[in-house]
Amino acid sequence: MSWKIWSLKKSPWVFHVNVGACNNCDIEIVNCLTPKFDIERFGMKLVGSPRHADALLVTGVGTRQAVVRLREVYRQTSKPCVVFIIGACACGTGIFHNGYHVAGPVDKVIKEVDPNAIIAYVPGCPPKPEAIISGVVKALSAI
Amino acid sequence: MTEPLQILFWVVVFPGFLFTLILGLVASWIVRKVSALVQWRVGPPLLQPFYDVIKLMGKEILIPQEAQRTIFTMAPVVSVAGTLLLSMMLWRVSLAGTSFVGDIIVAIYLMVLPSLALILGGSASASPHATVGTSREMKLVMGYELPLLLALIVVIIKSGGQLSLVAIAQNAPVLSISGMLAFLASLMCVQAKLGFVPFDMAEAETELGSGILMEYSGALLAVWKVAQAMMLVALPLFLVTVFLGGFTSSLWAGIGKYVLVLVLIILIKNTNPRVQIHQAMKFFWVHCGIALVVAVILATIGNNYGIGWL
Repeated sequence: MSWKIWSLKKSPWVFHVNVGACNNCDIEIVNCLTPKFDIERFGMKLVGSPRHADALLVTGVGTRQAVVRLREVYRQTSKPCVVFIIGACACGTGIFHNGYHVAGPVDKVIKEVDPNAIIAYVPGCPPKPEAIISGVVKALSAI
Repeated sequence: MTEPLQILFWVVVFPGFLFTLILGLVASWIVRKVSALVQWRVGPPLLQPFYDVIKLMGKEILIPQEAQRTIFTMAPVVSVAGTLLLSMMLWRVSLAGTSFVGDIIVAIYLMVLPSLALILGGSASASPHATVGTSREMKLVMGYELPLLLALIVVIIKSGGQLSLVAIAQNAPVLSISGMLAFLASLMCVQAKLGFVPFDMAEAETELGSGILMEYSGALLAVWKVAQAMMLVALPLFLVTVFLGGFTSSLWAGIGKYVLVLVLIILIKNTNPRVQIHQAMKFFWVHCGIALVVAVILATIGNNYGIGWL
């Protein structure tokens, strides 16, 4: 394991991308930062710019308007980075399957930009904060 | 050891770069940990700032297409260089007791250098967020330079017109009314220089993303983090040297004073909301300005008539 990956695991800074979510997953992500769950224990920090980020937390179904921005945000993120796809909609478009406004599952959109992207999935509608933390820990120990 | 090697050791290892860097990263851990404890959280582990810097060193550096490349890449280095010079001067005053006439003026100039580098770097990065942050930082610099200079004039009057830091560090002006006013005002100026709440409008995380540092990534961002960590050592140390009598009495008393100033800064950071830029300007120019003019008058009267507590 190279020192880059080791230090990335020690301090993953996350950037939150909403590509058409109903705000439920977003609330649960913000919930992780509260004193009850406190993900700063693991060195995680919510940052305001994708250039600072090591992990993108993508929520939402991926609407046609939003995926253009999602591709751009992924290109702007400095590599190495991990993409966390949070919630049922983002994992497989959920109840909006085949909707007129849906531009496909988020992982497909990310893989169009970078076929070798590291993608982790946290399903649930919405996933509990415990599920998000557990997903992040599992994904980070797998890479 | 020969003379040049000795100087190199001073600059690179012991009170210079490495020592200040490690101390600064530990200080930034204290800031984060105390903030977490104030908010009833657990907070990050001790080595977290080290992990952050190591990680940023290994990341890809992205430079925006429209950015002015030279200034964009040189600005963080200038910031680190200015902070390193400032902390070297202050360590030499504190530990070795060597100084030259007028070094307080040099220190004032060196303290502006990181802010200037921040303005240059932000405006070179061709980002609207960074531009807004830069304009706020410029106004903030204009705001806090006036009270800081007035506060240092109070200190110079109290010390009887001395212009070297060692001579100023011999007495503690904070034990008088004018000195106390000057200390409180310059504590707020240091808060603004560090970019901490309530004066973090240039880096406003919630409205501007990261403001000035928006476009920085990878190793360049790591250099900014290093500069900020070193500022966290240099600026409280400056306050300790100028206002609280420095390290002259004993080393442990000096360390205690440094920790006291750091804790004051952290508590101000955690108990205040962010103010708007015009409120900050008004605070520095009107409120701090008037208080410090009073302090200068009091100090002059006290010095002329030999009243120590004034």
